[in-house]
Amino acid sequence: MYIYDQHDQQLLNERVAQFKNQMERYLAGKIPEEEFLPLRLQNGIYVQRYAPMLRVAVPYGQMNSAQMRALAKVARDYDKGYAHFSTRQNVQFNWPELEQCPQILADLAEVQMHAVQTSGNCIRNTTTDEYAGVIAEEIVDPRPYCEIIRQWSTFHPEFAYLPRKFKIAVNSVPNEDRAAITMHDIGLNIVKNDAGDIGYRVLVGGGLGRTPILGEEIRSFLAEDDLLTYLDAIIRVYNQFGRRDNKYKARIKILVKALGVDRMRELVEDEWNRIKDGEGKLTQAELERVKGHFTDPAYKALSNEPEAFVAARTENAAFARWLGRNVRSHKKDGYAVVTLTLKQIGTPPGDVTAEQMDQVAELSDEFSFGELRSTHQQNLVLPDVEQSQLFEVWQRAKAIGMATPTLGLLTDMICCPGGDFCALANAKSIPVAEDIQARFENLDYQHDLGEIDLNISGCMNACGHHHIGNIGVLGVDKKGEEFYQVSLGGNSGGNDAHGSSLGKILGPSFARVDMPDVIAKILDFFVAQRIDGETFLEVYRRIGHAPFKEAVYGKSA
Amino acid sequence: MANLLNTEGPVQDTELTQVTLEEWKENRDSLSGQNLELTLESSETADLIGDDSASFQRISINFPKFADGRGYSAARLLRERFAYKGELRATGDVLIDQLYFMKRCGFDTFALRDDQIIEDAIAAFSTFTVNYQNDANDQQPLFRRRLS
Ligand code: SF4
Repeated sequence: MYIYDQHDQQLLNERVAQFKNQMERYLAGKIPEEEFLPLRLQNGIYVQRYAPMLRVAVPYGQMNSAQMRALAKVARDYDKGYAHFSTRQNVQFNWPELEQCPQILADLAEVQMHAVQTSGNCIRNTTTDEYAGVIAEEIVDPRPYCEIIRQWSTFHPEFAYLPRKFKIAVNSVPNEDRAAITMHDIGLNIVKNDAGDIGYRVLVGGGLGRTPILGEEIRSFLAEDDLLTYLDAIIRVYNQFGRRDNKYKARIKILVKALGVDRMRELVEDEWNRIKDGEGKLTQAELERVKGHFTDPAYKALSNEPEAFVAARTENAAFARWLGRNVRSHKKDGYAVVTLTLKQIGTPPGDVTAEQMDQVAELSDEFSFGELRSTHQQNLVLPDVEQSQLFEVWQRAKAIGMATPTLGLLTDMICCPGGDFCALANAKSIPVAEDIQARFENLDYQHDLGEIDLNISGCMNACGHHHIGNIGVLGVDKKGEEFYQVSLGGNSGGNDAHGSSLGKILGPSFARVDMPDVIAKILDFFVAQRIDGETFLEVYRRIGHAPFKEAVYGKSA
Repeated sequence: MANLLNTEGPVQDTELTQVTLEEWKENRDSLSGQNLELTLESSETADLIGDDSASFQRISINFPKFADGRGYSAARLLRERFAYKGELRATGDVLIDQLYFMKRCGFDTFALRDDQIIEDAIAAFSTFTVNYQNDANDQQPLFRRRLS
């Protein structure tokens, strides 16, 4: 992974000092609330329902064991002993004291972590495939590009006060969208052209929220070293012409719709042609330098399916089930990629205690070269586990409640913090997730249902990505009461040939107590209609929306 | 009256004839040759003045609200696209905590909002000693220096 040099560290240390000074001036009454707001936001601090929330960046979901231990320490020393992994692969602390945030950031800087631009109307954390670098399917490892984007976007002098937040995602697997790039302000698809050169297909104007829109192609092939100048050009156009009069119309997707993607392209390319061969153009030396941070760890020469492992799998059905769900193949023979699920019954999706975090760090040191990933499904990953050690890893993960064999299944839900924590919420989301978890806890049933994404957001801001859930649940407020609107048929691309789609609303919303029954009706109907082990999405796409609607609401008169 | 600064400290204002973009467009011929300051609103993009920028001793860009970031792009485009060499002044809601970025985008004088503390403002210009990106003052991004 990327290790800071003296420049990176110095810059981060200066940021810590800057924010400490800003906090002091704020507490001394020298900066009014409204003017302090973007300063704290760009340092990861929200003030939410009950307490401030600190969102720490996990750049493109990559971290090491020392960083995980540092996060555990923050959870213990400054919070209530737990943390929350978000759908943006970041970590959130729900109960720090505002005054202590500068010290937390100073502690984190010692392990090269920060909360820079995790909030506010600026360029946010770039996301990518959580399995980057360890799966055979990718064209190249996308992480060096993410790191290059991270550095370019960090304290970009021109883009700290954009009309609205700005998110970039990178995918590097052909014929799949493993980073939901069509749902981002800019989506970069790494491709190889006929000459064998690496480049990017560039999408612009995707996004969820109130007006979900899929990104459109602005350039079919951008050369590898043109990355940063092209990003500069796109965001410079957006910064000048994006709407600032209405925050719900301020994302770049609205500008792209208003101008049309062709006009947008003209503006961007006009500016880009001016700067593309300037000093801002990436150099091969820099590409090599950053790629040099993402070389393979010291893999051993092993073969697949070692005997003892095969024997254990044959003897132990629970182990076999976990392997089938939570473990995937690795690019290197004899290794595997293990997902540790943060979806224990009775705890909110993505929540993890300080003790669990320490244990995960331990597992990573012992079995995975000290590396870890966080995923947009709110789970953690040990990227490089020897197959011969999987049985031991499974037992250890089970002991800390992270081996629920449900990856990709119904209870592997995505859920935002919702009304329990978030000041913007229309409704609570965690209790809905918990009720559904409790109702469909039965593992055999879940395995029979197969892969299904259930995503829950507490309001239109869609942090729980409800639009792209096969089943999406959105909290709505009706005359001060909490209701839930259900949509079906969303999909985030993933390994589905049909690509991404946005869910369609099923009908009038439901009270919270009715939600498990509603989900049960949808699932029963799906099971009744399914042919030959089709997935939920396949059935939905085959038979359409109307039959599901009827199954839930009855025949319309 | 706002406190006027450059990146070193307080400076005295100089009197120039102020014109808006509209006035310039209408009376360009009669105005040419005078000592002029163009006052740009945040909604007025740099390309609207373009190469005419050379006709001004000073261009001031108004920040109606500090969170309106259009002025940063206008400044960079004036400096880097249209090669504007005169004084570039930030006016309006100009606050301490935005000065460092304003400087990097090519502003060289700053009409601080009058409640801002001058010593803190001057200190803010040296918040960072290293930057990742190229900017209006420095054509080289950090990556070009890292490996030289
Ligand atoms: S979706 Fe709404 S309720 Fe949920 S975290 Fe985001 S803003 Fe808060």
